[in-house]
Amino acid sequence: MMKILVPVKRVIDAYVKVRVKSDSSGVDLNNIKMDINPFCEIAVEEAIRMKENNLASEIILVSIGGSKSEETLRKGLAMGADRAILIDCGDQELEPLSIAKILKEIATKEAVDLVLMGKQAIDSDNNQTGQMLSALLGWSQGTFVSEVKKDDDGLIVTREVDGGLETISLTIPAVITADLRLNEPRYVKLPNIMKAKKKPLDKMVLADLSIDTTARTKTLKVEEPVARTSGELFEGAANDTVAKLIEKIGNKL
Amino acid sequence: MSILVIAEHDNQSLKTTTLNAITAAKELGDDIHILIIGSNCQTVTDAAVKVNSVTKVILADDTVYEHQLAENVATLIVKVVSNGDYSHVLSPASTFGKNTMPRVSALLDKQMISDIVKIESADTFVRPIYAGNAMATVQTTDDIKILTIRPTAFEVTVAEGGSAGVENISSAGDAKLSAFISQELTKSDRPELGDARIVVSGGRGLGSKENFENLIPALADKLGAGIGASRAAVDAGWVPNDYQVGQTGKQVAPEIYIAIGISGAIQHLAGMKDSKIIVAINKDADAQIFGVADYGIVGDLNEVLPELMSSLK
Repeated sequence: MMKILVPVKRVIDAYVKVRVKSDSSGVDLNNIKMDINPFCEIAVEEAIRMKENNLASEIILVSIGGSKSEETLRKGLAMGADRAILIDCGDQELEPLSIAKILKEIATKEAVDLVLMGKQAIDSDNNQTGQMLSALLGWSQGTFVSEVKKDDDGLIVTREVDGGLETISLTIPAVITADLRLNEPRYVKLPNIMKAKKKPLDKMVLADLSIDTTARTKTLKVEEPVARTSGELFEGAANDTVAKLIEKIGNKL
Repeated sequence: MSILVIAEHDNQSLKTTTLNAITAAKELGDDIHILIIGSNCQTVTDAAVKVNSVTKVILADDTVYEHQLAENVATLIVKVVSNGDYSHVLSPASTFGKNTMPRVSALLDKQMISDIVKIESADTFVRPIYAGNAMATVQTTDDIKILTIRPTAFEVTVAEGGSAGVENISSAGDAKLSAFISQELTKSDRPELGDARIVVSGGRGLGSKENFENLIPALADKLGAGIGASRAAVDAGWVPNDYQVGQTGKQVAPEIYIAIGISGAIQHLAGMKDSKIIVAINKDADAQIFGVADYGIVGDLNEVLPELMSSLK
């Protein structure tokens, strides 16, 4: 049975409208609803299903972020993870390479067999950390995964690739990143939220780990994208509206 | 210093996304090398040497690379970069590039920059964040810049006129961490979603798989268009996953994008709002898609589409 590590990130709620700060220093997150990154939630769900199917012995969550990331960890614990680790880095925004180095340390210390994580966070949209972690650990890599199965030798994963689907086998230990269609995460029930409050949650600060997290990049500015404005709207009978559309773009079709 | 472009290919043809990446490379320098990693990929090499502005083609041809497994491909790229004199290493931000390049970046201890849409200078790049709801200008201090570029943001370099030499290099071997089992590729005679001049895209408003299949392919074929879909249509099982346009699916920027029965969630808009002309057909006048559409028809798609089909005759 496998010991699984699931890294989770606290991000802006997927349905909240993003506003860029007027001084172009970033995105305004003041009083904005935050939640677990959707891809991380899918990874937590998959780990729990593996445990329910007797493939996993323990699920450990880890979040690297501000102190409020504890809420994100509690949500994962309420879903069914066993324990959690918070690595508090305050307001510091760490780059994927630094996050991967920290996760390598945790995965090694906890002697996990599998790291199951989201393919990307919906804030920075980097899609890097899982692949970097896999490289640093020297483990097998299965990205953008929509199905995970266990066989005698290792894991069989189906990946969502540009042309369709690809199935590969992975040796264990492995790093797997979840795509949208891996599963539908469960709703958390109230009694489980209460129970999650009593589950173990270890806190560390970044300085407890001697990892160089010096930033290599600097964000010079964050701006609104070039806005598209709405154009002409045609309403009425189908033959009328289609005729108007054809008049406008018929020569380009 | 040279620029290294990692070729995306299927062992038979050089993908257009590679030609987008070469255009980006040309903004960074004029000694551009293409690295082809594959198996029995002579036709890819033949195509690559002819690409305008390419000065050298480096070929690693070995059965180990037939399916371009990330662990093996990344090791080889790292070897080439370490033995060369490269300022930038580029790949398209396709599933191939996304799978491989972060691995390369970590092995070289560099912080990669993903999904670039604009090059400001040799160390400063613009990339979308928050599903394209914000654009970040990012500067790096890394000596070797590892980049993926968004193909739709860069023109296609002409695949003719070049006469680059080929350097054969040896394989970096099989790490035996993963192995290919099978693939299910969507077969279609229609233009590829990323390359199509027109894209016809369907969403939840179509109501059923049957309706999607009856209406969308017929219109696409009439227009010589590629077919896309919203996440809702893919999740419902109406179309395969690789049809999905959006933040986590494909990004497209065709001349004309026709959104049919798509409400326009921000995650979908992230994948298509750079299209030159956007046409939306939706029965809900308040649908968000109309906020980005150049032309919108408010109406029942089951009436509008047949009318459109007959108008196009």
